[in-house]
Amino acid sequence: MTSAVLKQRNLLGIRGMSAAEITHILDTAETFREISEREIKKVPTLRGRTLINLFFEASTRTRTSFEIAGKRLSADVINISSSSSSVTKGETLLDTARNLEAMGPDLIVIRHPSAGAPHQLARVCRAAVVNAGDGAHEHPTQALLDALTIRQRKGSFEGLRVAILGDILHSRVARSNAHLLTTLGASVTVAGPGTLAPPEFAALAGEGGLTVARRVEEAVEGADVVMVLRIQRERQDSAFLPSLREYAVHYGLNLKRLSLAKADAIVMHPGPMNRGIEIASDVADGARSLILDQVANGLAVRMAVLYLLGGGAGVTTATPNPAAQTKPEVEPQPEPLSSAAAAAHADGSK
Amino acid sequence: MRLLIANGYVVDPTQNVNGGRDILIEDGRVAALLNSGEPTPEGVEVFDATGLVVAPGFIDLHTHLREPGQEYKETIASGAAAAVAGGFTSVCAMLNTDPVNDNPAVTSFIVEQAAAAKLANVFPVGAITKGSKGEELAEMGEMKRAGIVAVTDDGHPVPSPGLMRRALEYARGFDLTVMDHCDDKTLAAGGVMHEGEWSLRLGLRGRPALAEESDAMRDCALAELTGARVHLAHVSTRGAVEAVRRAKERGVEVSCEVTPHHFTLTDAACEGFDTNTKMNPPLRSREHLDAILEAIADGTVDAVATDHAPHHADEKELEFDRAAFGITGLETAVGLAFERLVHGGLITLERLVELFAVNPARIFRLEGRGTLRPGSHGDVTILDPSLRWTFDAARSKSKSRNTPFDGYTFHGAAAATIVGGRVVYKFAAKTDGIMAASKGVDR
Repeated sequence: MTSAVLKQRNLLGIRGMSAAEITHILDTAETFREISEREIKKVPTLRGRTLINLFFEASTRTRTSFEIAGKRLSADVINISSSSSSVTKGETLLDTARNLEAMGPDLIVIRHPSAGAPHQLARVCRAAVVNAGDGAHEHPTQALLDALTIRQRKGSFEGLRVAILGDILHSRVARSNAHLLTTLGASVTVAGPGTLAPPEFAALAGEGGLTVARRVEEAVEGADVVMVLRIQRERQDSAFLPSLREYAVHYGLNLKRLSLAKADAIVMHPGPMNRGIEIASDVADGARSLILDQVANGLAVRMAVLYLLGGGAGVTTATPNPAAQTKPEVEPQPEPLSSAAAAAHADGSK
Repeated sequence: MRLLIANGYVVDPTQNVNGGRDILIEDGRVAALLNSGEPTPEGVEVFDATGLVVAPGFIDLHTHLREPGQEYKETIASGAAAAVAGGFTSVCAMLNTDPVNDNPAVTSFIVEQAAAAKLANVFPVGAITKGSKGEELAEMGEMKRAGIVAVTDDGHPVPSPGLMRRALEYARGFDLTVMDHCDDKTLAAGGVMHEGEWSLRLGLRGRPALAEESDAMRDCALAELTGARVHLAHVSTRGAVEAVRRAKERGVEVSCEVTPHHFTLTDAACEGFDTNTKMNPPLRSREHLDAILEAIADGTVDAVATDHAPHHADEKELEFDRAAFGITGLETAVGLAFERLVHGGLITLERLVELFAVNPARIFRLEGRGTLRPGSHGDVTILDPSLRWTFDAARSKSKSRNTPFDGYTFHGAAAATIVGGRVVYKFAAKTDGIMAASKGVDR
């Protein structure tokens, strides 16, 4: 189905999305959270649809999350993991895309170490393409699940102060979050080592709503939300950092630094964590940490995204509120709605 | 064999000619410039250039022809065909073939293949160092005897200032211009596009302008130190043209070229991750593009060169950070120059001819080229400044299709190309209707 609110047929990045589109996905995700709490965690929304999870980069959390999301919506889910790039495989990225396209999938979720790979794929595929992280570019579903988590605790984004700490330069999470949070009215301050948090980053989003601080403390002070990014060990080898030990001392989030934030500030991390390096264990496991809520919300957000993009234009078996269906496993699948009826339903959906 | 190019509007800054003339070519050389309306000499083939501009043959200082070794991308024959289709009578073939043109055997092979193709003149450019490895000097003297017109290590610029100094001193003895692709690899640090707001936004590794500028400053200083002739290839940044401008003010013998894509596109073109926007030097930001245009207008820039870099589809249909650097350029250069420079009001037709013909001949010391003076080679580029045409990459004469300008509509074109008195190319879609519509010269 084409959503009345969602303008695009793919989810390639947050940049360029409107506040209304983002809010629509978050609202849809809320309705899906309930499904995961049922005894039978499955609805027939995407029955007969094929979802390919195409992962060119190691991932446990995101791949599993998309796989479970697809299965709970009754899609046929195929996982393709390839650690090699198209070059070492001896096939170009576009040839890989054309071959998958020939099998007629409805949805392709792609994770790739190269920025832009999902965009290149989307140009040759009719299937809806969902970016599950492309190089240092974007990770839209991560930003959406972060936003859902923040909204559950803080209610709204207007006037909210968010600190993002760590390797900003190489982080797709930082980029997607910077776009999303500033679009929804929050102000974002990023901080990290000078090699990894370039001042020019401030120009990327949000008409002044995005700033770069030199010190972690400046960013954390008075923050409502503190997001900590994973630091990659490789950064030490390529002269971005002298050592992870020094990083932990000067840039890691510990209780002392966190005390600079607001008393009700929340702590988030996209995972996987390096405990004791970018985040102290007592912070990660503390009462203000929402790290496991993020994972649960990730599932709901991915179900929402697959639902919104996966129906196929003009034909839908989706109901306006998919969570309202009960015991879908044993009930016969309703006939596809006519386009007019589908449109009426779509208008009625949140 | 005699050819008369009749009724054209001749623009030749080397003779201060700017007006209606007929050009008579005999046995491959310009025999005379006749005033229009003089009786047609007996027994000559006539090329009617009514409504067209007649200029000294255009010369591309920077062409990758890929032969020997990478004939699947381009051959000397296919590259020469693309050259004449783009209005170039001569191209200077870059050395990064396989094997590298670092010895007279490879040079001779290129000269022979070009002679067999019988289209454009092909002038080989040899390596500065053996294998372009930046370690030992290549045999420049022997290569010059075999036909090279300049030396460069192009994509693998000599990293050591000490060795570059020796190269300049040595090349000076053979009156060879040393061309340098300014690119400090430690600063470029594996970047795949210009470092700036767009690289940060797209999450792609950037090559800072400084990587080009620090080498440009080094080369200008070394040219001053050694008195050698230095030519900076495809300059693309404000700092690089400023380095050249200042060196020229000091009287240093340094020159530079710019490519059509660098005076046309900015790094914003990379937004969709189209690998045909990936080249080295990368497309720069608006600030740098403006500086390039300014340097073209004020005379700092000596030449327009294509950096024609054909690649096979499977080297471009890859992830942006893994795709090959470079785009084709021979067939779109003149169209872009008309569009952006002449019709844009930045330069005159005389200046266009200087950038494409007069100065390239001077920079590489190509005797009897870049001019229509009697006695010079009968290389002529015929231009139609008002022709509107659309570039279709699928019909390119090049073997490769890697261009961001597929489907572009241009205003101004090479109407015909004459090499050594032979008409080797005529714009195919040109009908009498279009000819009639294009009468008169846009200035």
